[in-house]
Amino acid sequence: MELFNLIFKNALRHKLRTFLTVVGVAIAILAFSLIQTVLSAWHAGVEASAPDRLITRHAVSIVFPLPVADRESIRAVPGVAEVSYAHWFGGIYVDERHSQFPQFAVDAETWFTVYPEMVIQPDEKATFLRERNAAIVGEKLARQQGWKVGDTIRMRGMLYPGDWDFVIRGIYQGAQKTTDETWFVFHWKYLDERLRQIEPWRSGNVGWYTVKIADPSRSGEVARAIDQRFQNSIAETLTETEKAFQLEFVAMSGAILTALKIVSIVIIGVILAVLSNTMAMTSRERLPEYASLKTLGFGTRHLVFVIAGESILIAAAGGGLGILLTFPVTAFFAKLLADLAGALFPVFEVGRTTILACALIAFGVGLGASIFPSWRASSLSIAEGLRRIG
Amino acid sequence: MADPLIEVKEVYKSYRRASMDIPVLENISLSVSAGEFLALMGPSGSGKTTLLNLIAGIDRPTRGEIRVAGTSLGELNESDLARWRSRHIGFVFQFYNLLPVLTALENVALPLLLTPLSKKERREHAEVALKVVGLGDRMGHLPRQLSGGQEQRVAIARAIVTDPTLLVADEPTGDLDKNSAEEVLNLLSRLNKEFSKTIVMVTHDPRAAERAAVVRNLDKGVLV
Repeated sequence: MELFNLIFKNALRHKLRTFLTVVGVAIAILAFSLIQTVLSAWHAGVEASAPDRLITRHAVSIVFPLPVADRESIRAVPGVAEVSYAHWFGGIYVDERHSQFPQFAVDAETWFTVYPEMVIQPDEKATFLRERNAAIVGEKLARQQGWKVGDTIRMRGMLYPGDWDFVIRGIYQGAQKTTDETWFVFHWKYLDERLRQIEPWRSGNVGWYTVKIADPSRSGEVARAIDQRFQNSIAETLTETEKAFQLEFVAMSGAILTALKIVSIVIIGVILAVLSNTMAMTSRERLPEYASLKTLGFGTRHLVFVIAGESILIAAAGGGLGILLTFPVTAFFAKLLADLAGALFPVFEVGRTTILACALIAFGVGLGASIFPSWRASSLSIAEGLRRIG
Repeated sequence: MADPLIEVKEVYKSYRRASMDIPVLENISLSVSAGEFLALMGPSGSGKTTLLNLIAGIDRPTRGEIRVAGTSLGELNESDLARWRSRHIGFVFQFYNLLPVLTALENVALPLLLTPLSKKERREHAEVALKVVGLGDRMGHLPRQLSGGQEQRVAIARAIVTDPTLLVADEPTGDLDKNSAEEVLNLLSRLNKEFSKTIVMVTHDPRAAERAAVVRNLDKGVLV
């Protein structure tokens, strides 16, 4: 008989109480991991940012376009390896519910050079470059919409009038887990040529430039050089790293994210309260047993081992169950979100950090919940404890 | 003449309740020889259990000295005292104090966890102790599956498994029917006579006290 045996048997002494505590901890851990997954999904764009990419946009706001002619000036800045550009399209496919995905008119020739993580087959790329109304879509988006190569997609322009037909000529895959696979990209020239006919005053503009730089350690210097080039021009620019650019979008949801973080902390408090309550009840009932163990010669470290062991065991069972449940529940929510909100969260997966955080929280809560019972058992006088028997 | 195993010299014990000192034991002096079977008798509240606790090192006197097996208990700190108890004292309680989740064998083997014995050796020792108390066929039973008398015998097996210098028993028959009480007293007598175990037993049952070689009475904290 080892003390581990006593820990296991003690944990199973009140099966219903232990079961309910384990379930309580599991639900709390599940809620925590789901919130963390949402937070991670919000930051997925930031995580996917490349250090060798800068974003150049209008200095006032991204809603103001930049002239496409600026491209050559940017390319001429020392340290710039390649320049591509994109323009937000904002079309409706079937209805609004089916249209919740990023749609960009891009510079076809350079786009896949500056975004090498969007992996596309060479023959598909060649076809895409050849056909003016061709589009490339992410694998996840294609799966969600049921699209395949060769399909013709009709979108109603919300920002640009009329119906727009695209033929899907390729499906890209993300090189990394964090790569967004929900983009719909097509030729900027397709958009611009039609604008010249219907709204010529809006043609010749891009939403932003994506600048690939040769040396990421010189990003600040290159960004300043680009912006200096357009100082006092009609369209002054603001150039920043892709990460900073993505963080600006995240910051727009700052209040929601802060609220979610607070809820996470509250959940940890709830787990601690649930387990502390169980352990406090347990230790109160067992004070005479602790007194008996002390009488036999067991010291404080033995009692702490037995009490903390039981607490950590229950927390680990609850934490383990919560972590196991996280995967199917997250998959369910991912599907639900995809159905309801399209590509709101292009990457919605349980991260390794989240699992590690859950495991550490379960361990920490187990240990924390045992502090008071351990102290109580340790400071108990044997005579006092024995008097409680009978 | 050999030194006594237990020496209690001018011991005084009081408890503090609401800023008042309540005397429990007053000027107790007592000595017990090795191999002796001593019964401490007295009415409830006379201080019997307090004196037993002091002798067993689970409480400390307010004044005075207690020496057991050559060790002055007042000189030991809490952890040393706990180690000393595990080596020298075997406890038998009125309500057995077995851990309900452990089998008879596991309960008996519990004190051996504090010894350097291997798992196999601990098991063997516990089995022998249970056989000594006549429960060789109840090793896998949980306390709730045993009668009161059997539980007390398991408690006695736990008390003797480390071969302690001294057995202390606090009302060992207080919660038992007549037959079970008889069995437990027979067992204690046997341990005293056959194994020369020194026993200090607190009881208010005259039939239990009859088994002891020496009977001392306490009344209002004073040995009479």
